[in-house]
Amino acid sequence: FCEKALELIRELQRMGDGQLPAFNEDGIRQVLEEMKALYEQNQSDVNEAKTEGKSELIPTIKFRHSCLLRNQRCSAAYLYDRLLRIRALRWEYGSVLPTTIRFHMCAEETEWFNQYKKSLATYMRSLGGEEGLDITQDMKPPKSLYIEVRCLKDHGEFEIDDGTVILLKKNSQHFLPRWKCEQLIRQGILEHVIS
Amino acid sequence: MADVLSDAGDVSGEEGSQEDVMTPAELISKLQEAWLNEKFAPELLENKSELVECVMEQLTHMEENLQRVRKGDVKASVHRMEIDRIRFVLSSYLRSRLQKIEKFFPHVLEKEKSRADGDPSFLSPEEFAFAKEYLANTEVYLRTVALKHMPPNLQSIDMLKAVPEPCLDSFVFLRVKETQENILVEPETDEQKEYVVDLDEGSQHLMRYRTIAPLVASGAVQLI
Repeated sequence: FCEKALELIRELQRMGDGQLPAFNEDGIRQVLEEMKALYEQNQSDVNEAKTEGKSELIPTIKFRHSCLLRNQRCSAAYLYDRLLRIRALRWEYGSVLPTTIRFHMCAEETEWFNQYKKSLATYMRSLGGEEGLDITQDMKPPKSLYIEVRCLKDHGEFEIDDGTVILLKKNSQHFLPRWKCEQLIRQGILEHVIS
Repeated sequence: MADVLSDAGDVSGEEGSQEDVMTPAELISKLQEAWLNEKFAPELLENKSELVECVMEQLTHMEENLQRVRKGDVKASVHRMEIDRIRFVLSSYLRSRLQKIEKFFPHVLEKEKSRADGDPSFLSPEEFAFAKEYLANTEVYLRTVALKHMPPNLQSIDMLKAVPEPCLDSFVFLRVKETQENILVEPETDEQKEYVVDLDEGSQHLMRYRTIAPLVASGAVQLI
């Protein structure tokens, strides 16, 4: 018993820090089925013990109950750990997740992510005065004002503060204000060139 | 840094001087203290929303100042750097808080609910709303994906037990700002006995957070 539940946890442990493997729907379903079977066996045993006074069934009942608790705990741990990884994705990638990752999330996880995004956005908007503060920016202490970046993918036009429009074409290099580039660097569109 | 801030300080002094009882330099140093304390404390510290508001105001004024300066002027880039630095510290401070709220969410909400009316709050109203939403979101998720398919007697999870509490016994470095006498240090193991230490101003120590938690709250020590 509880083997499948443990396997789910091991699966998450194997994936290197923060990666999100595909949602193991099968695994969860098996754990739930095992729980159902255990519970039903327990129910019938409890009835038997009550009506026929078979107290030797009680240790088995207790054992099954602790298996049930274990399964509940393991599956909750699996699901919760996935949520934590998904939460980290919002901070890493921004509001729009890469499609590969989206395929690894089940519908409810996507729903959780959307809700989390909304909560976070409401909170950030409420900071300070009018527009709030986007605290997902400025992740590292600023070292220099402008940085050299290389464009990794075509991204089209990009406007900076004083109105100039820069065309971000693959492999072009630019000298841009740091604060404008942060999000693009994290999304993998720009690359900070340290020479 | 002082005269960049005093430039901005002149502007804010005219408009919001009733609320700003500190000079901008004092404000920023208070922000840095709060930031370091929050970063190194294992639990969520008192909410400092007036400080956050003042700093945001300060940043807005500095940005406005910056718009007026001619481009390419050296002063502009110094101002810009300063704004970036302050914004980083503020963001990092708020991020630390949010991370702790998310990590300990059931305990944080419980603490806030059970505090007496006169006590200072740990969560700003917005943080409280965020924490509540986070709890509801997670509960709904767990229920929909797994719990409702489980046997009837296992369909709920006690969040307070399921989510670990902050470890108040973790060790922190601190610098003493105001001399403290007779701080009682509880024994860690059964063989030790409790003893008393005196903390002199300016000295630095490594202690369990639990022992000095009230001193952090009162501002008598600074975590480093």
